[in-house]
Parts: sequence; structure tokens; C-alpha cells
Amino acid sequence: MLTVEGLRSRYGRIEVLHGIDLHVDSGEIVTVVGANGAGKTTLLRCLSGVQPLSSGTITFRGEPLHLVPAYRRLARGLAHSPEGRQIFTNLTVEENLRLGAFLYTDERVEKDMDDAFQMFPILKEKRNLVAGGLSGGQQQMLAMARALMGRPFCLLLDEPSMGLAPIVVQQIFEVISGLKALGVTVLLVEQNAFGALKIADRGYVMETGRITMQGPSEELISNPRIREAYLGL
Amino acid sequence: MSELLQFLFSGLTVGAVYALVALGFTIIYNASDVVNFAQGEFVMLGGMITWFAYQAGLPLPLAALVAILATAALGVTLNKLAIEPARGAPVVSLIIITIGASVFIQGAAQQVFDKQIHSFPAFSGDTPLRVLEATIQPQSLWVIGGALVVFVGLWLFFTRTLIGRAVLATSNNRLAAQLVGINTNFVMTLSFALSAGIGALAGVLATPITLTAYNVGIGFALKGFAGAMLGGMGNPKGALVGGFLIGLIEALTAGYLSSTYKEAVAFVVILLVLFFMPQGLFGSKSTERV
Repeated sequence: MLTVEGLRSRYGRIEVLHGIDLHVDSGEIVTVVGANGAGKTTLLRCLSGVQPLSSGTITFRGEPLHLVPAYRRLARGLAHSPEGRQIFTNLTVEENLRLGAFLYTDERVEKDMDDAFQMFPILKEKRNLVAGGLSGGQQQMLAMARALMGRPFCLLLDEPSMGLAPIVVQQIFEVISGLKALGVTVLLVEQNAFGALKIADRGYVMETGRITMQGPSEELISNPRIREAYLGL
Repeated sequence: MSELLQFLFSGLTVGAVYALVALGFTIIYNASDVVNFAQGEFVMLGGMITWFAYQAGLPLPLAALVAILATAALGVTLNKLAIEPARGAPVVSLIIITIGASVFIQGAAQQVFDKQIHSFPAFSGDTPLRVLEATIQPQSLWVIGGALVVFVGLWLFFTRTLIGRAVLATSNNRLAAQLVGINTNFVMTLSFALSAGIGALAGVLATPITLTAYNVGIGFALKGFAGAMLGGMGNPKGALVGGFLIGLIEALTAGYLSSTYKEAVAFVVILLVLFFMPQGLFGSKSTERV
């Protein structure tokens, strides 16, 4: 589904990603865990095209993606629910969702919106309210629902659990596990390594712009070094 | 009484022009947070190009159409050459770029056209219509009608069309707009074209009353800006009401105080708005949870 090779990226003169290799297979949930500042968010920004690469390639569904402008990548099937949620705060919940399906004007838009409301019933309740007034958890739900309205094959999720109450985190992670059944491949970036590894098939550990470890989730969870550094066990 | 009515008519007429300019500000501000001070030059170009095309022998409606399209194209060029390359610069820098563009357009107009004052015939003759005890020029009705039609058109565009909402989404969050598949560069192009076209339309409608010359733009820009501020920057309804209010206050000041103070009205309004209600009449105080 998604293959990244030798990806490097910089902010000005400072390189923050020093050659990332990773792949996500169709139907998988793959997580990238790591400390704050490791470059996880930058990696996702490169994948969705809002951050330029300085070298390396991205292949998505068999085609090179790194030269496609950001706004065309959703049409290729790659959605990004970005760090900080980035919902349209001055538009209503429903308008946010409708814009998630900006590329489409068919009847499926209505159906997808019903599905989104089924996934997150609270959004249905608040559909006519301005999105900026939602709680953090509700905004996160809206951000994910909006990304799914774009009918992605693969969803990039950046820190969906950040700043949320444990009960809400649990709910969000349950929804992410459920995406598998919907046929959506997920690349999940998280500081909450334990929660992410529990629902993921495979994981990568990122440290200061490099992948330092990778493997099936169970393997990473039981690795003593990861237990100490990221899981607090 | 008839005096008051007469002042109100003339206030509504200039107010309609300011409202159109304010609507132009609103569109670009909504798409990019930039206050485009070259907005007044679009009004000037609308009038000047129409006059020259009319002189060259084109029928007036065609000359007006040429002026509106040419000005819209110039708006797009301004965005491509001056605003887009500076993407990522602070908004203040972009605003200063628009001031530079305004000076540049004014200078170029002086060279390409001339330094004379021009006018062309009113669309429906010059016979004033009697309303109660006052009179109104038929051209005034064109200007007021034009402002209302443009307002309703924009309102429908922003609230009823997906592309209109895409413009609002782009202004609210450019990153997220790209991620849902909106071509934000196209949104900017569209906004500048629309805004410049509306400015030119204002020039076309107003010239038979206000006359035009290469240097009329800055005055329109400042008063339209005052109108947009008064109504609440970024709110089309505010732009319409604010523009009309500035026109009315100006006409009443000129009528009852002295026309010497007329020009100061816009500035006094800007100051008062900044002091007492920076969000304007219709602007919403932004409340967001983070």
C-alpha cells in the first residue's frame, strides 16, 4: 500500500528526518511511536505532501506519490488527520464533514455522513454547532470522521490521543481498530506507545529522525528496552 | 425634511460604492487574511478602462464588460506575481505588498492612460427621478442595485455552494483545506479574480456620478476599508451595511456640518471601531477551544 524509502526532510538548514524507510501493507494498522520531537509528525506531513522532501521516495498503491501536490493526494486515496486536529473551527460540524468529501458530489456523501454519525453519535447531536466549540475529544472525532469522508484507502493519524481523557482515548483507539473491518489501512503516529502498539499489527520506533527498531507489535511490547523507554514498565 | 431625504439619497449612492469595495476586501480577506489595499485601484481601473474602451468606439456595455474582465485578470496577475511568491510571509508583509501594488498600479495607469478626469454617460439617462420631496439620479439606482445584487450573489456563493465553502475553509485552515483536497492556490486565484471584478464593477457603476481619474483608487480603498472594519472584517453582511453606513455618515456630515469634514469621516470611524468594538458590528468574537 505505502512504501517510503530513504526519506529525508529539513526545516530550513536543519535536517529532521535522516533517511526513513518503512512500509505499510494493505489492511494493516502500523504505528510509529517515539518521543516528542522524534520527527513523527514531520514524517506524516511529508507523506501527505504539506512538508517537502529533500530526498527519498514515497510509493503509494504502486505509484510514486512524492511529486503529487498535497491537495491531490486525497484523491489518490491517502487521507491525513493532522496533529492538533485542524478542524474548520468557524464552520459547523456538518460543514466540516461535507468538506471532508470535497472531492465528491454523489449520493454516497450522504451515506458516508450517516456512517460517520453512527461511528461518533455525539457528532450527530452537535451537527449544526460550530466546530470550534466542541471539546477536545469531539474535535478529534470530527477530525477523523472528516478524513474518512474523503474515502481513503489509507489513513494517516497523528496523535489522536493527545490531550484527551483516558476514557475518550479508549474510545478513539477502539474506532481505529474498527477501521480494519472497513478496509482502511492505518498509519498511526503516537506518543502513547502502549495504547498504539496494543491495537497495531506492526510498529516502528523513531528516535531523532531515524527508525531505530521495528517489528510486530507483540515483539516490541515485550522488548525490555522499549518497555523501559516508552512504556514506563 | 426634503433636505434630509436628499442627503440620504446621496449617502446611499456613495455608500453602495463603498459597500462594493468593502465586499471586495471581504473576499480576499476571507481567503487569505490579507487586507488588499490595491482594492481601490480595481475601482479606478473599472472606470478608466471602460472610458478608454468606450472612446475607442466600443458600445458602453461591452466596454464595461471588457473593463471588468481585464481588471479581474489583473487581480489574478497581482496574486500570481506578488502575493503567491510571498506565501508564508507574515500577513503584515503581504498587506505592505498590496500597498506597493496599489502605488504601482496608480503610476502605471497614469502612464498607460492619462492624468485627465473622465466620465461616460449614465446608463439610463440623466433625468432625475422625483421621490417625495427629493430627487435621485437613475444612475444611483444602478449603483445601489449593483451593490445589492453582488451581495446576494456572494451570500449564495459562500453559503450554498461547495466551492464557496471551500473558500471559507481555506481561510479558516489552509493546511486542513489542502488535506481535504482543496486546491488552495486556485481558491486564492478565484478570490482575487472575484474581488477585482467586483471592484471594477463598482468603478463602472460609479463613474457617471463620481467621475474617474488615475488617482481615485486610494480614496475608495480607505472608505471601503472603513466600511469593512465597521461591519466586521470578513463578514459580507457587515461589508454591505458598513459601506452604506460610511456613505450615509459622510453625506450627513457634508450636509449638516461642512463638506470640509466629509473626508475625515472614514478615519474617525476607523478609530472609533478600533477603540470600542474591534470586531465590528457583525464580526463574531472568536471563541475556540484548543
